Amino acid sequence: MDTVTSLFESLQLLALSPPGWGGNLLRGLLHTLEIAIGGYSLGLAIGLMGACGKLYGGVVVRDCLACYTTMVRAVPELILILLLYYAGTDLINQLMFWMGRDAVDIDGLIAGIFVIGFVQGAYSTEVIRGAIQAIPQGQLEAAKAYGLSFWQSLRKVTLPAMLPYAIPGLANLWLIATKDTALLAVVGFSELTLETRQAAGSTKHYMLFYCAAGVLYLMVTLISNRLISRIENWSRRGFAKEQ
Amino acid sequence: MTEATKFWVIHRIVLAAIGISILVCCAIFLRWDWLPDYYSIILKGLWLTLWLLVASVAIGFALALPVGLVQVTGPKPLAVLARGFCNIIRGTPLLLQLWLLYYGLGSLFSTMPEIRGSAMWPYLRQAWPYALLCLTMSFVAYEAEVMRGAFLGVPKGELEAARAFGFSEWQVFRKVWLPRAIQRALPTLGGEVVLQLKATPLVATITVIDVYGAFSKVRQDTFLTYEPLLLLALVYMLFAGLLVLFFRYLENRVPSKQA
Repeated sequence: MDTVTSLFESLQLLALSPPGWGGNLLRGLLHTLEIAIGGYSLGLAIGLMGACGKLYGGVVVRDCLACYTTMVRAVPELILILLLYYAGTDLINQLMFWMGRDAVDIDGLIAGIFVIGFVQGAYSTEVIRGAIQAIPQGQLEAAKAYGLSFWQSLRKVTLPAMLPYAIPGLANLWLIATKDTALLAVVGFSELTLETRQAAGSTKHYMLFYCAAGVLYLMVTLISNRLISRIENWSRRGFAKEQ
Repeated sequence: MTEATKFWVIHRIVLAAIGISILVCCAIFLRWDWLPDYYSIILKGLWLTLWLLVASVAIGFALALPVGLVQVTGPKPLAVLARGFCNIIRGTPLLLQLWLLYYGLGSLFSTMPEIRGSAMWPYLRQAWPYALLCLTMSFVAYEAEVMRGAFLGVPKGELEAARAFGFSEWQVFRKVWLPRAIQRALPTLGGEVVLQLKATPLVATITVIDVYGAFSKVRQDTFLTYEPLLLLALVYMLFAGLLVLFFRYLENRVPSKQA
């Protein structure tokens, strides 16, 4: 009986309004999702451009992109986040200084999105490049034979045709993006993991809060998986069903 | 043109020159005078990183085999259990798991007199067992997923041929199924180990002084931002490069007819 009441009391700590910390956790989850969505979108944009540059670009562009993807994928995300976080804010402040303005405080959200996007860009470049290369050559030749210009065939044939090949890899990257946001806790951005740590530290109920945060992350993953399998089915419409 | 001359075309030489001049600029214009004072702690950190990596990969791989296997052939309850374990570990950030184990379990343990009195307590008071446990669990979860696919991917005919030769189930597993599955999983294993290397710096957040922790100490002591981080990035790049070379060597040693 004693343990039941104490369990109930500690569960009250998860209440949404203070003194419960549930509201803080949900606010952290919101920040996590904001950064993950923003960073993922930025990463997709970089990845699209990077893949096109790697496949159709000149020799210099290709070598530079190879350096970018190799380096980013070889260095731990934590270190990249620290480097980009400090270097990025420093650079902008230097620019401001040269332009004769005062130093600005970089919004943590923007910095986080930029950092995650930069890292994700390297991975999605490789995923999209592989997907474009997996398109049956005949489809691209057909587009050429119809007299489509480079941009037209990119927009109307290459990108839609690569989707079924790219989506498993891109879906994986989305899951990685949601988990990588936790690393921003180390630079002091209050997303879900840092909010959890603060809540746990001030109430001393470590197990409770970390498990609660784990459940939240898990829910994000499970819901994403559901959506992903729908998107995958949609992108593979018209394909022969696998046995 | 031979391979070597193809590699060293004009623009590559220019790019290499730019790269080298950036490196030289970093060496000349940034401050490196802290290096002699800290190199022993950095080496110690490097050793710890290597040790954590090797131990977690070795234990993790050994555990990933059964966890992957029961998902393919095991009894239903075990398969569901293994599946759930993989999903939970792969669905939450490693940083959160690390903090859950270290702060959560750690605070729980210290309230239990039985554990504080046990012979394990001197170890449980330190941070590295939690770091190793957490890294190992994460490797098991990701690698079991790979092994599950590898076990499934071994052609049925080979197993049936082994059974037709009169092998017992255990012999089939040990002599045909397992070696063929490992051979299939080897190319992804290298990638997984590099990912594991990139996960190790997180242990510095629970006071384990690995190479990242050593460089953090440099940053705190000297108030330098970029120099330690840049050198650290270089260290990890070299480390990852060596791992990739090692696994390429290993892959070439395993005979394969499909190549």
